[in-house]
Amino acid sequence: MSETIAQWIIGVGLMFDLLGCLGLVRLPDVYNRLQAGTKCVTLGTCMIMFGTFLYGVAALDRPQMAVQALLCAVFVLLTSPVAAHAIARGAYRAGARLWEGSVIDRLGEDLHGVRPPAERAEPADQPAAVHHFTESES
Amino acid sequence: MKSVLCILFTFGLWLLLTWSLDPKVVGVGLMMAILVATLLAHIYPDNPHKALDPRRWFWACIYFPYFLVLCIKSNLDVAYRVLHPDLPIRPGIVKIRTRLTSEMAKTFLANSITLTPGTMTVDIVGQDLYIHWINVHGVDAEEHTRRIVRPFEGLLRRVFE
Repeated sequence: MSETIAQWIIGVGLMFDLLGCLGLVRLPDVYNRLQAGTKCVTLGTCMIMFGTFLYGVAALDRPQMAVQALLCAVFVLLTSPVAAHAIARGAYRAGARLWEGSVIDRLGEDLHGVRPPAERAEPADQPAAVHHFTESES
Repeated sequence: MKSVLCILFTFGLWLLLTWSLDPKVVGVGLMMAILVATLLAHIYPDNPHKALDPRRWFWACIYFPYFLVLCIKSNLDVAYRVLHPDLPIRPGIVKIRTRLTSEMAKTFLANSITLTPGTMTVDIVGQDLYIHWINVHGVDAEEHTRRIVRPFEGLLRRVFE
């Protein structure tokens, strides 16, 4: 019984991981991709770990496996949002642009002074390496 | 004092992860714990006695299931946006202001925002948080603050401050 529950939890976790990867491919810019990646992969991986925990407790009677799985889940839960935050901040400071359909950019206004969206859309002073995402590329 | 706590915490974690009482393994663990404590004790929280207050644990126990429900909701939200053929997103970076002051509370606020529906912390400057929002609602900073921060602020203040 509890074995079945553990397998279902692992299965649902895998599904969330898959959706997160799909989001990485489909969404337009680095920030939206991080959103999908962080949320889905965190919950998905935590569910896989929790399923492993249940499996270790109930099906195999191995406390070592259970404790380690639970610790891993806590680590993923604590570190994955921090990593996403670090990547997003680094990307913004390095000049990665928002998707052209973005409606507001308070951080850019505060970092570089007020610039209307029309002006931001044309990369004049940006290095060529910065990629400008468009709908067709997604 | 802080280093001792750091050593105990790191060593306990080592014992749980290796799950072995072999003297060699335990010895290496102790050495690593002391090394980590000397290098990183300064980033540990400044007021460990706060963790002994049962009221904080009570509010943390309320906060966790609430956070879990929001986390699952956020995953369903992402699933909907990713699977929808038209990709219904309206992204942008908004600025919000928090009333939390301690570093620990702000860290957990930023983490919670990242894992809840449609929002992700991009930058923190003092009391201001810059949030990437996948589907921007509302027009001004007060409304953004109300929608994003209010669910957590009260609970986190009781837990960490």
